[in-house]
Amino acid sequence: MATATHLHGRIGESIKRKEDARFLRGKGNYLDDFVLPNMLHMAILRSPHAHARIKTIDTSAAGAMPGVIAVVTGELMAQHKLAWMPTLSGDTQAVLATDKVRFQGQEVAAVIAETKYQAEDAREAIIVDYEVLPAVTSPDGAKTAGAPLIRDEKEGQKDNHIYHWESGNQATTQAAFAKAHKVVRLHTFYPRCHPAPLETCGCIADVNGATGKATIYMTSQAPHAIRTVFALVTGLPEQQIRIISPDIGGGFGNKVPVYPGYVVATAASLLIGRPVKWVEDRTENLISTGFARDYHMTGDLAVDKDGKMLALRVHLDSDNGAFFSDAQPSKFKAGLFHIVTGSYDIPTAHVTADGYYTNKAPGGVAYRCSFRVTEASYLIERLVTNAAIELGIDQAEFRKRNFIQPEQFPYTSATGWVYDSGDYPKAMDVALKQLGYDELKKDVEARRKKGEVTGIGIASFTEVVGAGHGADFDILGLRMFDSAELRVHPTGKAMLRMGVKSQGQGHETTFAQIVTEELGIPAADIEVQEGDTDNTPYGLGTYASRSTPVGGAATAMVSRKLRDKAKKIAAHLLEASEADIEFDHGKFFVRGSPSKSKTIQDVAFAAYTNLPDGLEAGLEGVTYYDPPNMTFPFGTYLVVVDIDRGTGQVKVRRMVAVDDCGVRINPMVVEGQIHGGLTEGFGIAFMELITFDEEGNCLGSNFTDYLLPTSWETPKFEMGETVTPSPHHPIGAKGVGESATVGSPAAFVNAVIDAVGHLGIKNIDMPVTSDKVWEALNKVGAAE
Amino acid sequence: MKVSMKVNGVERGGDIEPRVLLVDFLRTNLAQTGTHIGCDTTSCGACTVLLDGEPVKSCTLLAVQVDGRNITTVEGLANGPTLSPMQAGFHEEHGLQCGFCTPGMMLVGTALLERNPDPTEDEIRWAISGNICRCTGYMNIVKAIQHAAKAQAAAQAKISETVAVAGGE
Repeated sequence: MATATHLHGRIGESIKRKEDARFLRGKGNYLDDFVLPNMLHMAILRSPHAHARIKTIDTSAAGAMPGVIAVVTGELMAQHKLAWMPTLSGDTQAVLATDKVRFQGQEVAAVIAETKYQAEDAREAIIVDYEVLPAVTSPDGAKTAGAPLIRDEKEGQKDNHIYHWESGNQATTQAAFAKAHKVVRLHTFYPRCHPAPLETCGCIADVNGATGKATIYMTSQAPHAIRTVFALVTGLPEQQIRIISPDIGGGFGNKVPVYPGYVVATAASLLIGRPVKWVEDRTENLISTGFARDYHMTGDLAVDKDGKMLALRVHLDSDNGAFFSDAQPSKFKAGLFHIVTGSYDIPTAHVTADGYYTNKAPGGVAYRCSFRVTEASYLIERLVTNAAIELGIDQAEFRKRNFIQPEQFPYTSATGWVYDSGDYPKAMDVALKQLGYDELKKDVEARRKKGEVTGIGIASFTEVVGAGHGADFDILGLRMFDSAELRVHPTGKAMLRMGVKSQGQGHETTFAQIVTEELGIPAADIEVQEGDTDNTPYGLGTYASRSTPVGGAATAMVSRKLRDKAKKIAAHLLEASEADIEFDHGKFFVRGSPSKSKTIQDVAFAAYTNLPDGLEAGLEGVTYYDPPNMTFPFGTYLVVVDIDRGTGQVKVRRMVAVDDCGVRINPMVVEGQIHGGLTEGFGIAFMELITFDEEGNCLGSNFTDYLLPTSWETPKFEMGETVTPSPHHPIGAKGVGESATVGSPAAFVNAVIDAVGHLGIKNIDMPVTSDKVWEALNKVGAAE
Repeated sequence: MKVSMKVNGVERGGDIEPRVLLVDFLRTNLAQTGTHIGCDTTSCGACTVLLDGEPVKSCTLLAVQVDGRNITTVEGLANGPTLSPMQAGFHEEHGLQCGFCTPGMMLVGTALLERNPDPTEDEIRWAISGNICRCTGYMNIVKAIQHAAKAQAAAQAKISETVAVAGGE
């Protein structure tokens, strides 16, 4: 008999996180916490030069040092055909350099020793003789006639150009520009930055000499895809490869790619017959693993005399580093950048992109971003604010005049996206009201009259997240579906196993909540497992805000599959026809007589003990979900800044963030995600920069140079929300992990531009540091 | 070189190279892996432990430098199955996501409340500004520490009440 107890953990409830218990006690299981019997340690020697020919490598002294088991060079890797590996973008990347080094920090050799200290000592004793070559450090440099050819080993590669990519319609866009009342241009650089999760990347490779089974513990956001790539790289049979992605200390895109260290450690374990651990230090992380952005963008916006947008034209040059190892869907060389028309009803657009090799670290990943959506959102939102200033129209009003209207959804954009749902004017109105925009505008005017430099920034972003559909989105041919396997045990407790992999997002709580909603099992009774490829269904992993849109949808669908079977069992238990059985949050009852019911727990027990004839035992299933479309979260962010004329220092006085990510599974977790994203956006706008000198030396190689926001600088955020469900997602959710990083940099920079735009300053590239602001003010005679 | 120290109230020792960092001694020699390594340059605070009650970054201290001293790590915060007020605050206020910075943050918070049981938001933000969190944006960490401060104050009030009642008998 069912009892009318509260079902704890349904969708919309801010239940506390299940995963906290171990983290609070220091009992998380991060990669570096694992110690295997007989384990060795690996240290990688990296190139000090950005571009140099390797003449000789002398490992004899290193090999003779205490505790050293082996010194691995590219030559040894080449003997096993592992000196090069394929990248996620279909290029090749050196595992250990054999001919040249092509960026500072590139992997040259590796020492395997009994302890970490011994491995690092011996690394210093390797002698490499380099012939230094001139370095290329920008796309402009890469294009220059006579520029050094970086990828001289690639057959047919005559220059440093990687790809040309286009989207939209050139002819209609040109025609629209010809009729424009005004064309506003913005050239801006979205500089190279780095996801810099607090835990660096690493692995422990453990190849069993007897069975050949390779168990690789790895800080991976995409363990299944990595397993397949590993099978392809190493030639090991895929069933003999087990990737275990344990607790991850933040990812933000940095832990999607395959890094050379993983391959070397695995090869070393295979050859030596002992487990090999490799964990990067912070400098290695910042100078060699997946960076983000590095897009040089020029946007032109054509506007008519009424302030209506007519057309958008964008060109970007992408700096991809020495190997094209961006992590993005195969068909989209510049990622999903063609979402660049953003929240606006722009009739026609044309986007062109060119990628270039440079002597910089490879691996353009999306730093908390869905495949280059961040760069697109930044460009359009900056361009729109600049246009509003030039046209003399209020920037909120200019946006409203051009928003895609709620009744236009599903909306097909000029570059072919089909936006699922949205209500942009509403999100903006909620934000403006929350800020008190009208009064603040008057206040800004009054302050300016007193000589203060102050401004309001707006960004009304639209994201595109949750890849696939698999026919359009794949990585190396692997379709971007995702999966969930649900097993309900006889006592009514359940285990949910996912193809995605949390890096702190709270999957153990929120995906349990989806099962609670759909099947009526309390969230506390559901264990969520992820990351072990031997025990979880295949999936493409967690990045690009795809876990809830794809993995979450799979969870809802597998729950419904089990509910259908449970209905048959309930009908049997209630001696009624299946057609008469109704379900209400954990209770099955005969239509019209809710008192006669069985709980999901009763049904689960019966699934193993008392089945109707002809029905298979058990209550479990698996769903592979291929989403019909992407989801399109959106929102409006407002920022108020005050600028010190004497120092150029920008102080964020207020920030209002209104997000619409569809249905919120756990509002507490959603808000936490947004806080984090806004902070990373703040860091990108004002602090974070990976840059290089002319010789290609990385000038952001540790946390004293690569500045991350602390609690002291980070503003306090005022949160707001609207809810526009996704019409095609089973529970109406859209994904939220990255909205704030996508939307906020433009809001922060637009606030600065609003403050100084009337002085004639149209652009300050990120990070907007005090010295740049002061220089800009000084140039127009406004500095003190 | 012989070294000994009290870690979470228990006498621990080892025979180590003088160059061994405190964080490596804790993690490798003592298998206390709750103390993390994030940056190697004293910038991020993932390795924070308490040395005689004061937060220090164990990636830039040698183990031999703390010979004979008291070390508290995250493993020493809970009282058996009962979370400390700071741990409970982090759970209640969603002050953690990936959990990597959390041990350091909680230890700094614990030391702060020891000195200053009722800190302002600015005092909290200043206290934790040597510890980087990439996930939370700090807002909920501030709330977590405030939550712990309130819980400790309430517990203190209860003790005072009990003492007063006992004294009145």
